[in-house]
Amino acid sequence: MIPKSFEYFEPKTLSEVVGFLKKHKENAKVLAGGHSLIPMMKLRLAAPQYIINLEPLRKSLSYIKVGGKSIRIGALVRHAEIEHSQILKRELPILPAAAEWIGDMQVRNMGTIGGSVAHSDPASDWPVVMLSLNAVFTLYSGKKRKVPASKFFIGPFTTAIKPYEVLTEIEIPRLPKRHGWSWKKFERKAGDFATVNVATLILPKDGHIGSASIAVGSVHYRPYRVTEGERLLKGAKPDLELVERVAESAASMAEPTSDLRGSAEYKRHVTKVFVKRSLIEAIERANLNLR
Amino acid sequence: MYVGKPVKRVEDLRLITGSAKYLDDMVLPRMLYAYFVRSVYAHAKITEIDVSKAMLPGIVAIFTGRDLKDHCGPLAVESVYKGSKVPVHYPLAVDEVKYVGEPVAVIVGEDRYVVRDAADEVSVSYQQLPSVTDPMEALSSNSPLVHSEFSDNVCFRRSIKRGEVEALFNNSSKRVGIKVKIQRLAPSAMEPRGVLAEYDRGSERLTVWASTQFPHKLRTWISTSLKCPESSVRVITPEVGGGFGSKLSHYPEDVVIPYLAMRIGRPVKWFEERGENLRSTTHGRDMIAEVEAAVDENLRVTALRGRIIADLGAYNHTHTQDNPILAANMLTGTYAIGAVDLEVIGVFTNKMATDAYRGAGRPEGSYIIERLMDRIARTLNVDPAELRMRNFIPPQSFPYRTPLGFVYDSGNYEGALRRALELVNYEDVKRLKSTVRDRYIGVGISTFVEVCNFGYQSSYVKVEPSGLISVYTSTSPHGQGEETAFSQIVADRLGVSMEKIRVIHGDTDTIPYGSGTAGSWTLTSGGMAIINAVERIREKMLRIAASRLEARVEDLEMNDGRIYVKGTHDKYVTFEEVASIAYDQRKLPGGLEMGLTATGFYRPELTFPFGAYIAVVSVDPETYQVTLERVVMVSDCGKVVNPMLVDGQIAGGAVQALGQALYEDFVYDKDGNPLSVSFADYLLPSATEVPEFILDRTETPANNPLGTKGVGELSTIGLAQAIVNAVEDALWKMGAEIVETPVTPQRLYGVLRRRGA
Ligand SMILES: Cc1cc2nc3c(=O)[nH]c(=O)nc-3n(C[C@H](O)[C@H](O)[C@H](O)COP(=O)(O)OP(=O)(O)OC[C@H]3O[C@@H](n4cnc5c(N)ncnc54)[C@H](O)[C@@H]3O)c2cc1C
Repeated sequence: MIPKSFEYFEPKTLSEVVGFLKKHKENAKVLAGGHSLIPMMKLRLAAPQYIINLEPLRKSLSYIKVGGKSIRIGALVRHAEIEHSQILKRELPILPAAAEWIGDMQVRNMGTIGGSVAHSDPASDWPVVMLSLNAVFTLYSGKKRKVPASKFFIGPFTTAIKPYEVLTEIEIPRLPKRHGWSWKKFERKAGDFATVNVATLILPKDGHIGSASIAVGSVHYRPYRVTEGERLLKGAKPDLELVERVAESAASMAEPTSDLRGSAEYKRHVTKVFVKRSLIEAIERANLNLR
Repeated sequence: MYVGKPVKRVEDLRLITGSAKYLDDMVLPRMLYAYFVRSVYAHAKITEIDVSKAMLPGIVAIFTGRDLKDHCGPLAVESVYKGSKVPVHYPLAVDEVKYVGEPVAVIVGEDRYVVRDAADEVSVSYQQLPSVTDPMEALSSNSPLVHSEFSDNVCFRRSIKRGEVEALFNNSSKRVGIKVKIQRLAPSAMEPRGVLAEYDRGSERLTVWASTQFPHKLRTWISTSLKCPESSVRVITPEVGGGFGSKLSHYPEDVVIPYLAMRIGRPVKWFEERGENLRSTTHGRDMIAEVEAAVDENLRVTALRGRIIADLGAYNHTHTQDNPILAANMLTGTYAIGAVDLEVIGVFTNKMATDAYRGAGRPEGSYIIERLMDRIARTLNVDPAELRMRNFIPPQSFPYRTPLGFVYDSGNYEGALRRALELVNYEDVKRLKSTVRDRYIGVGISTFVEVCNFGYQSSYVKVEPSGLISVYTSTSPHGQGEETAFSQIVADRLGVSMEKIRVIHGDTDTIPYGSGTAGSWTLTSGGMAIINAVERIREKMLRIAASRLEARVEDLEMNDGRIYVKGTHDKYVTFEEVASIAYDQRKLPGGLEMGLTATGFYRPELTFPFGAYIAVVSVDPETYQVTLERVVMVSDCGKVVNPMLVDGQIAGGAVQALGQALYEDFVYDKDGNPLSVSFADYLLPSATEVPEFILDRTETPANNPLGTKGVGELSTIGLAQAIVNAVEDALWKMGAEIVETPVTPQRLYGVLRRRGA
């Protein structure tokens, strides 16, 4: 478990990072929590020549700010900080709930939300949550550029981030206090990556579903929104039959691969089960009646 | 008295605070590092190995199989049954590789980084050959051959026939059969393997530090394969971080590293990576069994017949053949079944060799019979507990000779099962099965027996003039806690406090030959060897004390660090006084030789621990995820020296058994590529997956002065089948017959889909 040799840098400013990335392009990698990059290097699946540690920039890239219309989270915020954030537990409980299910305690104490979305493992958790929340990612390369989640996750381990860009901030639109939410992750054992993971948000309106957002991960080459299901839910008085139809539509969009986690058929089956469970939980949390 | 009390482990301070020294903590002056280049094909001819690009600055030497063939190896095979095929196994493959992970070249260099980098630069040209990974396919006549020097892939075929099997089947009222596939497991010791060797040209002595369970045997194997006298080799085990049977073999690295140290003249260290450990350290289990039972009108199982096919992998490792044979020989389990007709076939495939893994054949044997007993009960619609009660060997029949030739020393299987049924609240659990609606509830039983205490042990005990006691043992504990248990035993015999005692193990230069640690035997065989030595010391000390106190030896007792005249409080000499007299010829009573040391040996009778385990599970009706609701384990390991150590062994073994039942699976694809090569894919249960075990014991003493039987493997032997039985019970109404394990959600989904449920 020994990586290829590499050169290591600790920058003082963000522009130093960008300057370096522009010079070395694909040969350089920024290091955040290291819990995806370092295992890949040790297995020699990745062999960057230069490692730029973002840790010295922690002061300016690690914050959780709630104000105005959005919640802003710095790229270096660790999973565990989100898991234990009191303000997020009140404002957007799906975030701490999802964080709690990532890896084990050691992983959560090191891994960062920015690193997770930048790495964009199709079986990881944050991308699914971010997609459901319509998060917007700020990318910095000397100037800032904002990319919405719908355009950010391109494929397995591929995002809209250019080799010379650094992800600095994640901005999430605030939701009304009374919203229903659910985070469901199906894993083979504690600490495992998901077989399927589902984020659901419900905004109630006069005893109906005002709008719904459902994102599904791990059963497709990238996380996806259950668009047809969301359309069916909009304005509906939810009942079990509708839930079933939405779950079916979610499962039909999945394109899982058969592997040690199960056959494609089984994965489609559990996608349906977990979308159903997630939807029911979110509806209940939205204080809506489920007939 | 210490024996019988939950004394805290004396090992723990150093283990828990990280001060213990493992192999990879060792650094010697001028030490070099080694890294092995391993085959990426399951079966191929090596056409060329080009190392020219790999001679990076810092690389000292690179050797291939051809280079070493005449100097190193072949590897030792201890278990060879009559008529079996034993391919010659060189430490580095010569011309042909037979499994992914087989070493083909070794690189030696100044640090562990450069040897790793150089490995990427060694270019091995292979010409791929057809391979076979499925044992059934390997048995077919058109299968590719793993070893072209043999006519087929059968390593051995053994027929075991006892009693009138055919007649009993003809006269039976019912026949019930079962097929099970016990998957391949990776033992996954927390510390991988490692070897460090140093050669002193002046004294012509080779010192080998190895993470092994068997220091003395390893010395023999190394001297044989390097063709050097055994007296020139010393094996030392530093702290060993678990073994579970995966460190009692003779591995390629155990030969190559010492050879390199001799040849290069500098110390060489190799330490295994986790990926290597999963690919290239022996695996366990991997057997397919089809067994049928004849059942008479009184629900008594009268005979068994069937077949066990064991996937041995590419080579006979040191004890590979033992496992399926022992599985067969323990097949009648706790039952008075008088007749057996079994065929056991060991098959070569292009995979890593299988060898001992915690239980080594006994888990497979009891898994098969216990799965069959539950299947009989379900098929005939009788209570599985009732069925067992009718078939147990009754407590008054011990010693009991099984048709397969073992003589069970003592047992009370009904007693253990009764206790387990009580603890699990059996009637309540049966009620739950019909009242719980949102999950399927199932209950599974396993009543099982283990055989242990193969092999002899030695000890050397010395009491210093100051009264300090050093106990040397040929056992080689690596986590089990025997330093504590041995100290308890010695302290009680000599009437001193445990703090006076130091237990030393794992050095072939200072300890007489013995069998190391495995097979649940350490406490009984090692403990008795120690007692034999301690008795001699005790006798001598009593004689010295008797002369000091002017009393008779029979009237003395050793207690509180003193030797008293029985019944008095003031007539005594201290332990230290007696120890110092032993080293003072002038003060010694006539006829006694100076000194206070003794050597002891012991070859134990086989002992037969047993238990009754019950698992209650619930199965999610949509995802098929299994949850362990209740696990009751009533174990009988004979007399208990330290209940805390026993509970620890039971809990640890149970975690491995539940891993086998629900999570662990070492998978190869059809081309022989291992897929479970990290802990992200080889799923060891973590604390979250482990329920709170309900533990209890019955105590049926063994026929040795300690009364102990053995506990190290007991729960690994007993628990897996209780869990799988419970899952099958939960889903029986839907027609689920479980053949394969682990019973993962996706596997159960497949089983029920095939059933159209
Ligand atoms: C045992 C284990 C279990 C795990 N289980 C889970 C799980 O259950 N669910 C889950 O979602 N994840 C899991 N992970 C992954 C974990 O969450 C990682 O922490 C995360 O994926 C990556 O974050 P990081 O901060 O460690 O990034 P790093 O490993 O440091 O970097 C990952 C990649 O992102 C790039 N990068 C990092 N930060 C930035 C940035 N600000 N701008 C641009 N590029 C950047 C790096 O260059 C690198 O390519 C697990 C990891 C381990 C080791």
